[in-house]
Amino acid sequence: MQTKPIALTILDAASVIVLGIAAYLALVFAPTELVMGDVQRVFYFHVGTAWVGLLGFLIAALSGVVYLITKDMKWDRFEVAAVEVSTMFFFITIVLGSIWARPAWNTWWTWDPRLTTAAVTELIYVAYFMLRQGIEDPEKRARFGAVYTLLGGISAPITFMVIRLFRTIHPVVIGNQSAAAQGGFDMTADMRTAFFFALFAFTVIFIDLMWHRLRLGAFQEKVEQLKLKVSI
Amino acid sequence: MFLETTPDTSGYMIAGYVIAFATMGIYVLGMFLRTRNLKQDLETLESMQSDKKASRPKKGKPKTAGKK
Repeated sequence: MQTKPIALTILDAASVIVLGIAAYLALVFAPTELVMGDVQRVFYFHVGTAWVGLLGFLIAALSGVVYLITKDMKWDRFEVAAVEVSTMFFFITIVLGSIWARPAWNTWWTWDPRLTTAAVTELIYVAYFMLRQGIEDPEKRARFGAVYTLLGGISAPITFMVIRLFRTIHPVVIGNQSAAAQGGFDMTADMRTAFFFALFAFTVIFIDLMWHRLRLGAFQEKVEQLKLKVSI
Repeated sequence: MFLETTPDTSGYMIAGYVIAFATMGIYVLGMFLRTRNLKQDLETLESMQSDKKASRPKKGKPKTAGKK
């Protein structure tokens, strides 16, 4: 494995710092929401992780397109890294949403349009890894993966837009609220600070984890090639 | 007059943040372990490759007994 670049070490430190600040702003700095109480504080990490989750799925779809055009395996590695990191973040989004829903909606889960599309999106990308596991040939695996992420990428904008297009109980924080929405709230200036900082913090962490995952992918490829060389 | 109090939902908040940090921690740990395992694989493969090179017979003229 190549030696770790100094920029990545700096980014690692920056990620830890911004995560700490985001947690402080969410847990201490932001005021307590009067109707829901402290559980509203999960909102900052819920939206932050959702943002990088959906962003990563779109990046994976774009990487898939570039791979199909160039046939360069580095784009396949980029696609895998984006999907893996985003699937992890989107899992956090769903779990935090479910935890918030229990006191806000009096249920852990409901088949609301937003919750349904989010669950489908997560399952699409879990299945992506199952698909890749089942294909031996690296080029075929990359081609199938690229087409899959391209089709799966459609689920990201659908998940984002669904609460703005359909009647849903999921609140809309930015934009017009559905009449049926439950648990919505108006953000104060301090809440907005915590909210936008969380978006920034998770973007930094996402870039950092993507970089690490890309290095791991390149290292895996090196080991695979050496395995083939030794076995001949 | 109604006296409305903010409900105590701090237990849910703590559970949420514990799960969020644990998930990220497990992912980072997983990535570290995968890297460590690959490093071990690489070391094994490199030693196998050097053993293979050492055991391969050298090409060239076979050694014959010289004239005395």
